Amino acid sequence: MNTEKYIKTLIVKKPLKLDCGKTIKDFPIAYETYGSLNSKKDNAILVFHALTGDQFVTGINPVTNKEGWWSYAVGPDKAIDTNKYFVICSNVIGGCMGSYGPSHKDPDQKIFGTNFPVITINDMVNAQYNLLDHFGIEKLFSITGGSMGGMQVLQFISNFPDKSKTVIPIATASSHSAQNIAFNELGRQAITADSNWKDGNYTSKDTNPGKGLAVARMAAHITYLSKKGLQEKFGRKLQEREDLKFGFDADFQIESYLRYQGSVFVDRFDANSYLYITRAMDYFDLGKQFNGNLSEAFKNTNAKFFIISFTSDWLYPTQENKDIVIALNSIGADVGFVEVESDKGHDSFLLDVPDFLSALKNFLDKSYEEN
Amino acid sequence: MKNEFQVIADLIEKDKKVLDVGCADGTLMKFLKDNKNINIRGLEISKERVQECIAKGLTVIEGNAEKDLKQFPDKSFDYVILSQTLQAFLNPELVLDELLRVGKKAIVTIPNFGYWKVRFHLLFKGTMPITKTLPDEWYNTPNLHMCTIKDFFHFVKSKDIKIFKSLALNNLNSSIINQSNLGVKNLFADLGIFLIEK
Repeated sequence: MNTEKYIKTLIVKKPLKLDCGKTIKDFPIAYETYGSLNSKKDNAILVFHALTGDQFVTGINPVTNKEGWWSYAVGPDKAIDTNKYFVICSNVIGGCMGSYGPSHKDPDQKIFGTNFPVITINDMVNAQYNLLDHFGIEKLFSITGGSMGGMQVLQFISNFPDKSKTVIPIATASSHSAQNIAFNELGRQAITADSNWKDGNYTSKDTNPGKGLAVARMAAHITYLSKKGLQEKFGRKLQEREDLKFGFDADFQIESYLRYQGSVFVDRFDANSYLYITRAMDYFDLGKQFNGNLSEAFKNTNAKFFIISFTSDWLYPTQENKDIVIALNSIGADVGFVEVESDKGHDSFLLDVPDFLSALKNFLDKSYEEN
Repeated sequence: MKNEFQVIADLIEKDKKVLDVGCADGTLMKFLKDNKNINIRGLEISKERVQECIAKGLTVIEGNAEKDLKQFPDKSFDYVILSQTLQAFLNPELVLDELLRVGKKAIVTIPNFGYWKVRFHLLFKGTMPITKTLPDEWYNTPNLHMCTIKDFFHFVKSKDIKIFKSLALNNLNSSIINQSNLGVKNLFADLGIFLIEK
């Protein structure tokens, strides 16, 4: 599939020194925008995507032909109203939707694979910062994102304290917990155990480690939902059959659902990118960058923070979001916080959760009025 | 706008930093923000009320005063307000200590259980009093620790808390409470408003 014609890229000429010690330059960042930048250039919102997201936030993703990952939240008259705001989102470096990543070629025209440098959340936001210069934006109106997107939000405002008026980290944490690292490691092991992985040197779509990647996705997908949500949606319902078949076919709907989720994911995602991005999440520990004092990460910013968590999110639970609130309060920062009631687990931020969407909309619109 | 809120607003100078503990739907916060340019934050336990505050463009943190005040540094606000909520905490003494730690000053208002209508209700009807400031039935009231203006007055004195101003509120009238008129105010006010410091 020729996807390149759908992808806008910015070639970053300036060298970027990565946390691993290597330096990259002349590398592409793939991005998409929605709405229009006003003449004062004060209505831009930089959205950061999560692990498996990409720059196609809303509308139909031209590469996958599916709805963009944040279609519930972003669009005309939606919470992030593109009639009003100019939304920018870019694919993270290490990703596989056009930004510099392991499926790109090295200077010797050989596909990087696992020779691509290990990327961190810090590297991702430093790369994306170039988009501000590209659009001539002095200060963003807001930065937001959920999950790994929220980590980028926190890192961005720490690195560039005067570059956004408002800051909205959603369903996230200032460092990855042991449980989260464990789940990511499970996914990575599934990929590397696939004999097609070949130390990352698979070359074509037909010979990629699709089975391993599908298992990684299936395991991760469970962590995005809640027990109650799963039970209500699937229970013990059988998949297109009257009774158990006494075999290992997908008897239950939940099995069939997970298999489907795994298979569609493989079509759009690169296994090596999955390794790189999960690694970046695991390495994230914003407090550690400031000798264990998370408050120090935010001491130079006057931005207005609004932090949102969800009751049934056990992957990035409310307490981990609250820890960020506490760090901000201890330095007298302007911070609001709400825990939204939802049975939809970590995925709540991607779904139609009216209390979440109205809180997001109200916070943005009221803050913009005060501009 | 409740008269109570007007009295509270009159106690606070312009441009101050204020925390409203149990800020409910943010009515008082909005009033202070709009009229006195006050940098105001709210702490509120109810998710619905938090949403209402956000819709008003107010900065509010969903949380429980008995657990979540401790995240604020000492004297990080010029004023901390607690409006008609002290009696609803499991441990009002601890909350009061926290208010005075976090705020340079605190404004605490209490529904007065010594108000004559309350006394008459119990005396003549023989049932738990229901008044404008105490609207709930005994079985669904959030109030655990009712007190009178006199009780609160003695309580803060015993804790070496300085009272800058204490006001008795009855409908639209507010008047100063002092040691000599305490008995009378305790009978005729349905609300006590105290500006205190430790």
